[in-house]
Amino acid sequence: MTPTLETAARPAGLRRVAIDPLSRVEGHGKVTILLDAQNHVRQVRLHIVEFRGFEKFIEGRPYWEVPVMVQRLCGICPVSHHLAASKAMDRVVGATPVTPSADKIRRLMHYGQVMQSNALHFFHLAAPDLLFGFDSDLNRRNIVGVAAAHPEIAKKGVLLRKFGQEVIRATAGKRIHGTGSVPGGMNKHVSAEDRALLQRDVAQMKAWARDAVAIARALHAQNPALYDSLGRADANMLSLVRADGALDLYDGVIRARDAAGRILFDGASDQGYLDLIEEEVKPWSYMKFPFLKSRGREAGWYRVGPLARLQNCDFIPTELAEAARREFVASGGGAPIHAPLGYHWARMVEVLHCVEVIEQLLDDPDILSGELMAGGPRRRSGVGVIEAPRGTLIHHYEVGDDDLVTMCNLIVSTTHNNQAMNEAVRSVAREYLDGHELTEGLLNHIEVAIRAYDPCLSCATHALGQMPLDVTLQGPGGEVIDRVLREGPGRFVHRLT
Amino acid sequence: MKLAPAPVLVFGWGNASRGDDALGPLFVERLRAALAADAGVECLDDYQLQPEHVLDLVGRRRVLFVDASIDAAAPFETMVLEAARDASFSSHAMTPRALLQAYRDVQHEEPPPCTLLAIRGERFELGQAPGEAALASLADALRWALAWLDESAVPGERYGAAGLTQAGV
Repeated sequence: MTPTLETAARPAGLRRVAIDPLSRVEGHGKVTILLDAQNHVRQVRLHIVEFRGFEKFIEGRPYWEVPVMVQRLCGICPVSHHLAASKAMDRVVGATPVTPSADKIRRLMHYGQVMQSNALHFFHLAAPDLLFGFDSDLNRRNIVGVAAAHPEIAKKGVLLRKFGQEVIRATAGKRIHGTGSVPGGMNKHVSAEDRALLQRDVAQMKAWARDAVAIARALHAQNPALYDSLGRADANMLSLVRADGALDLYDGVIRARDAAGRILFDGASDQGYLDLIEEEVKPWSYMKFPFLKSRGREAGWYRVGPLARLQNCDFIPTELAEAARREFVASGGGAPIHAPLGYHWARMVEVLHCVEVIEQLLDDPDILSGELMAGGPRRRSGVGVIEAPRGTLIHHYEVGDDDLVTMCNLIVSTTHNNQAMNEAVRSVAREYLDGHELTEGLLNHIEVAIRAYDPCLSCATHALGQMPLDVTLQGPGGEVIDRVLREGPGRFVHRLT
Repeated sequence: MKLAPAPVLVFGWGNASRGDDALGPLFVERLRAALAADAGVECLDDYQLQPEHVLDLVGRRRVLFVDASIDAAAPFETMVLEAARDASFSSHAMTPRALLQAYRDVQHEEPPPCTLLAIRGERFELGQAPGEAALASLADALRWALAWLDESAVPGERYGAAGLTQAGV
């Protein structure tokens, strides 16, 4: 797993292709590809402009504010930050464990979040590429294109996501800026009225989630050679699992496997993550590169998220999703699945699992009543780890005697996947770009591989007029040969300069 | 029994902790505080426009979208929105035009008349408060919106100046 194509032996005189920023990816990212005079790929790097001001944004605030404030770090998975911070602060206030009611309401919130986020990704981001093909008309490769060609799929996607949002509203108090989870537990139960509303729809959601798994499976079956190879990079896998090895998205112990599926470590406490993971800084990237300490910098990089989770766990503790997981894993023919497009199928298995868990929790009387808060001896620090939609999310805080946060360290899912995404881009570039003329379709293959990871590169700034795509082609002397812009309305325009 | 939605929807979006990106949510917050509870206007905000917001448009007589804009001239610009099959949304956000097109394709009917109010913003860093210039533009935009609500009100509806609470804007 030693990275190749990361640094060209002689970069001088190579042509430079820049994709900046990636379309349909949160925040800003840039791919640089250095080609030699014969169009051979010599260097590929995915640059992610990660904003590193999060920690400073949090430090100095009272600890009880943090679970609410961190929701503003990310407009896409605020609930994941809300709950990871809450779990860390549970440690600070000595609430280990929280009460059964608090645990179950938080789980309900979290599984609603993962469900709606995974549904959004598949139906409105991945499905357009998968249904229409990567080389299809750009205007068809989006939710609008899907809605026109497959109205039933788009409608299900909208309603699945809406259901997940309603679960969040019922548990967090509001559909955004929720305040439900607090250090030590929860501040409200689920109301009987909200439970009844959700129970009314959950069977339909489960049916649609099963349909979604079938769609993802069928798409894979249509072109297994592509799905098994595009952007493939064999990687270690890391995630939380329950103590008995079951998939658990809310809490558990840390487990890692190598690329062949052998367990590297298991049962590790999330409080000791710094003993397991180290972050490497590379001079050409703003985003750090985490690796498993036990394997070292070269061999220790790993993958997180649905593709890792489904293969890192031993089983899924709900019936339908476990059957779907077995089918997914079997598609690898006895070997782990490492091609990024496998994320899409894995995400849909997780959606099905989330709906099953939501259904179970809605039937649990503990979400309607029971103690909500716990407490115990104060601690000076706490770590909260959760499996967010895109993968493992780590929040680590230290709190002073004055209740103010003195240290904050966050490792978000996209950072864990940094090296894996770079490897995916190199794999695609090696296969699809080397020796070929550059076209929008070819460049989109790179975007497809990156989008499979569903990276969240920055956070919720999105003012109108932002998010263009700028592709620049430079000759050996640094001169601009060609420039392509994907403008705000989605037009793909060549502009020779 | 499910209640009919308010005939007018005002939908703002943005991140309240990222400088002028807060203009959309701030607009919604201030308008909500200024309008009488029975004004017939529902005020919603979110981080970004998403596909499920199609469902928030159902049953409306008209809709006002509000966002910060780095392209709009100060203090704000308005435009009537048409559905458009564009590809400009990222993985996590849609343009208002694309949302209207999604409405058309998912609901199999034309979306309600929609207007975009784009308020000039200039700085968007995490932890920043909205700038003075942006807040001045916000105040102008609120005055325009109240007039817009009144101008297009049907007999019996009172939205704008006539529907204000004592708090005012």
